[in-house]
Amino acid sequence: MTTIEEVVPVPSPRDGGTDGTPLLEVRDLHVEFHTREGVVKAVNGVNYSVNAGETLAVLGESGSGKSVTAQAIMGILDMPPAKIPQGEIRFRGQDMLTMSGEDRRKIRGQRIAMIFQDALSSLNPVLSVGYQLGEMFRVHQGLSKKEAKAKAIELMDRVKIPAAAARVNDYPHQFSGGMRQRIMIAMALALEPDLIIADEPTTALDVTVQAQVMDLLAELQREYNMGLILITHDLGVVADVADKIAVMYAGRIVERAPVHELYKRPAHPYTRGLLDSIPRLDQKGQELYAIKGLPPNLLRVPSGCAFNPRCPKAQDVCRTQVPDLLPVTEQDGTELVGRASACHFWKETIHG
Amino acid sequence: MAELSKTDEPQDATPNVSEVDVVDARTEEEAVHAIEAPVERGEPILQVRNLKKHFPLTQGILFKRQIGAVKAVDGVSFDLHQGETLGIVGESGCGKSTVAKLLMNLERATAGEIFYKGQDITKLSGRALKAVRRNIQMVFQDPYTSLNPRMTVGDIIGEPFDIHPEVAPKGDRRRKVQELLDVVGLNPEYINRYPHQFSGGQRQRIGIARGLALNPEIIICDEPVSALDVSVQAQVINLMERLQDEFNLSYIFIAHDLSIVRHISDRVGVMYLGKIAEIGSDEQIYDHPTHPYTQALLSAVPVPDPEAREDRERIILTGDVPSPANPPSGCSFRTRCWKAQERCASEAPLLAIPERFKGADSPAAHESACHFAEEKDVVHAA
Amino acid sequence: MPDVTKTDIKNAVASGPQAALQLPEPKPEKSRSLWGDAWGDLRRSWIFIVSSVLIVILLLITFFPGWFTGVDPTSGDLAKHFLQKPRLGNIGSPDWLGYDQQGRSVFARVIYGTRASIAVGFGTTIAVTVVGGLVGMIAGYFGGIVDSVLSRLTDVFFGIPFLLGTMVVLNSFQDRTTWVVIGALSFFGWTQIARVMRGAVITTKQADYVHAAQALGASTPRIMFRHILPNTLAPVIVVATISLGIYISAEATLSYLGLGLNGVSWGNDISDGGNQIRVAQWIMLYPSIMLIITVLAFIMLGEAVRNALDPKMR
Repeated sequence: MTTIEEVVPVPSPRDGGTDGTPLLEVRDLHVEFHTREGVVKAVNGVNYSVNAGETLAVLGESGSGKSVTAQAIMGILDMPPAKIPQGEIRFRGQDMLTMSGEDRRKIRGQRIAMIFQDALSSLNPVLSVGYQLGEMFRVHQGLSKKEAKAKAIELMDRVKIPAAAARVNDYPHQFSGGMRQRIMIAMALALEPDLIIADEPTTALDVTVQAQVMDLLAELQREYNMGLILITHDLGVVADVADKIAVMYAGRIVERAPVHELYKRPAHPYTRGLLDSIPRLDQKGQELYAIKGLPPNLLRVPSGCAFNPRCPKAQDVCRTQVPDLLPVTEQDGTELVGRASACHFWKETIHG
Repeated sequence: MAELSKTDEPQDATPNVSEVDVVDARTEEEAVHAIEAPVERGEPILQVRNLKKHFPLTQGILFKRQIGAVKAVDGVSFDLHQGETLGIVGESGCGKSTVAKLLMNLERATAGEIFYKGQDITKLSGRALKAVRRNIQMVFQDPYTSLNPRMTVGDIIGEPFDIHPEVAPKGDRRRKVQELLDVVGLNPEYINRYPHQFSGGQRQRIGIARGLALNPEIIICDEPVSALDVSVQAQVINLMERLQDEFNLSYIFIAHDLSIVRHISDRVGVMYLGKIAEIGSDEQIYDHPTHPYTQALLSAVPVPDPEAREDRERIILTGDVPSPANPPSGCSFRTRCWKAQERCASEAPLLAIPERFKGADSPAAHESACHFAEEKDVVHAA
Repeated sequence: MPDVTKTDIKNAVASGPQAALQLPEPKPEKSRSLWGDAWGDLRRSWIFIVSSVLIVILLLITFFPGWFTGVDPTSGDLAKHFLQKPRLGNIGSPDWLGYDQQGRSVFARVIYGTRASIAVGFGTTIAVTVVGGLVGMIAGYFGGIVDSVLSRLTDVFFGIPFLLGTMVVLNSFQDRTTWVVIGALSFFGWTQIARVMRGAVITTKQADYVHAAQALGASTPRIMFRHILPNTLAPVIVVATISLGIYISAEATLSYLGLGLNGVSWGNDISDGGNQIRVAQWIMLYPSIMLIITVLAFIMLGEAVRNALDPKMR
């Protein structure tokens, strides 16, 4: 039956590891694709980290490099055409790009799991849901068929699939979109990973179902104290669940901030533009604010700041010099924890 | 199909629809004449009455027999007034896209009428139908599949003139196409390019230019921005609003993004499982919803404001939308509704102003198809 | 970047109040269609280059056999040349590839046999594409009862073994000209194209640009030929190119079984040579090599075209 939930408590970011190193840290990651038309620089020096129990939202439009970064972490990029010329992906302090294939597989299979946008194509249509869920336990934990099935039912209960025991032998197409996404979540949870990467997990779902799935994900994250990287283009979804946000544009992080801060005082013109272009009640009948121009072609990223042709604040320096992602401070110079902006004019943007 | 005849089923008696002034055209000439007559601003231009579309489910290979029907649209009535924007919202499978196809005459209605200036367009053919087509155009959701990849932009935007040669003389067409490109904010020199050389937002502008070519009176927009990047959506919405003023257009704007619908619409209809659950002005629907589905939908939308998540009450619906092939008896929302009672299972609520609000000078006094319609304060997106 | 600045200024000046809507100009690039892209891919593919060079040579041989040999393939000199071995050093001369049991130059027969194979291959492919394409288009576009009837008809023909069917038909003809062989092969061969076409039409029919054309009031032929056909050609061309090779080998098989063309053809020669394989392997060997090269060339071409047209490859 439908529940009417009162105030939802915000999950507070919990302590990371035992020694203060973040759960996952991406350092100066570069990814390029070699295509017929030339080299597409999809990711150009991305840095971010996520701790246990924390939700990092990576926000960006298509082509911003948000999904490519995640695919690099999961090791599911097709190489070639993709290449990682530079960068580190550290899981609990160990660089996954330099470790042996065996070790990497262990981490990727058991410690980090991924949830995709399209649940139907991520599930094998000819195997029953129970079999696919149980497979994780048979392969990684050597359980018997019977035990694996019992575990599968338990997992399906966990993600609140009604009548799990009766539906364990059903096939993916017999489930609705929302239920399939729950199965994907169950699969990701099976081995109780430390980190989940969710790439647009609710984009393909209806609004009312979206809310169910996001709620479930947040609840499970709290329960297992997992790190969560949520990749999305939806400012609303981010505001609902994230602790901190990294905004990406043309393969770079242009702004990083705790969620409340970002919505209250954006420090990059791109973030500001995105927030301003959400229709608001008092704007009815007026023109919406619109970021002019088009997202950049990654084969021909503009020189200097990639956002400069679309930016209302652009000056000559923006066309020649790439701005670094630098810490953002209050007007009086006190540091704003967790905030950074890659804009030559961040001061004017945040305080002006 | 006898079981679909209108007489043995209760119909929505909604004051939001006014009397249809049926034009009884005996000849094609009269029909075309009626279609080309101007309509005053604010007068009804399109009137939909008890529209139904049931897709038969069949079995058998050569000799098919019907084993059921998907009731994609199941008795929808509304008016569109000249110069206004009517928003239609709902989740996937609620029938909103099928309504668009029916209005465009791309699908044949199973029952019901669509009156355009008093003529039932579901019964027109020949020249009269062609004249209607000229006046009702469509903008599609996916700019990647709505443009023929083997045609140049000039051919795509010029095709309406090939089909309706009376609109623009042959020598004039290239100039007309270039004008249209300019109107939608594209460089007129792009005329010889192919669609794949453009980004999503630019393609949607090309689609809009094609829709404008014949100078239509109504444009039906089926999710026109949902496939676009966030930063480009606002550009296209602004363009559409500007064109509405410039060319005196009426829009039917179908979308699932509630905040965009609120921004652009004068009136909004909420659809659930082939029926209109609630319809009214944007303020009535968004600020004073009385149907539980509307309330749940509004509260489920993620709010782009992290402050809101601390102090908002959310209604989280359980379960999924039932299959339109096998809708619940009575009220189709009852399986997910927290207010459902026995009456809801036996008696389908009609779309009408709820008894308790009748005559009241309150924004809650608008059509809502619920036995227990009442206001509920929910914090929501738009 | 100086050019960005210039464009921005130009836009601002040109469009005035609409400046916010104006888009920055993408750098000029050549207008390319999907076929243009495919052509760019093909030029880079060695499979395409090798197969098309081979096919050009085969076409030259077909149309101008006289350029390659001056010898009549049907006149033999039993006394002089009976089963004379090839002289592989004498490239291009009548005795290059040896003589057959009737004293005819194997080289001349290989050259003149090309015409039969190529004519049957192309003729059948064209016939099959037109018939199959039309059936597939009509079935896919109109659907319903039309589709049911045509699809079942296609299934019936698909169920008949291709070679067996053609053999039965050809057996009833005394004078098996090129046209007769093409007719028989096409009669049983059109089903594959029809199926491919029907599938492609059904997919394309649901595209929004087809709905857009319908909404404009476009006529059925206009929608079929202007919107659907150009978007369904790619898979049909691929299947047609590959099956061209298959028809050539089918013709050779029929000739080998004595049911093919009357006259000079590789299949006939392979059949004749089979009897002499212990004493004169060359009679069978060289037509076989030509046959294999020809079939391979068309199948390779089909593969190259498929790769170039497959959107997943880009």
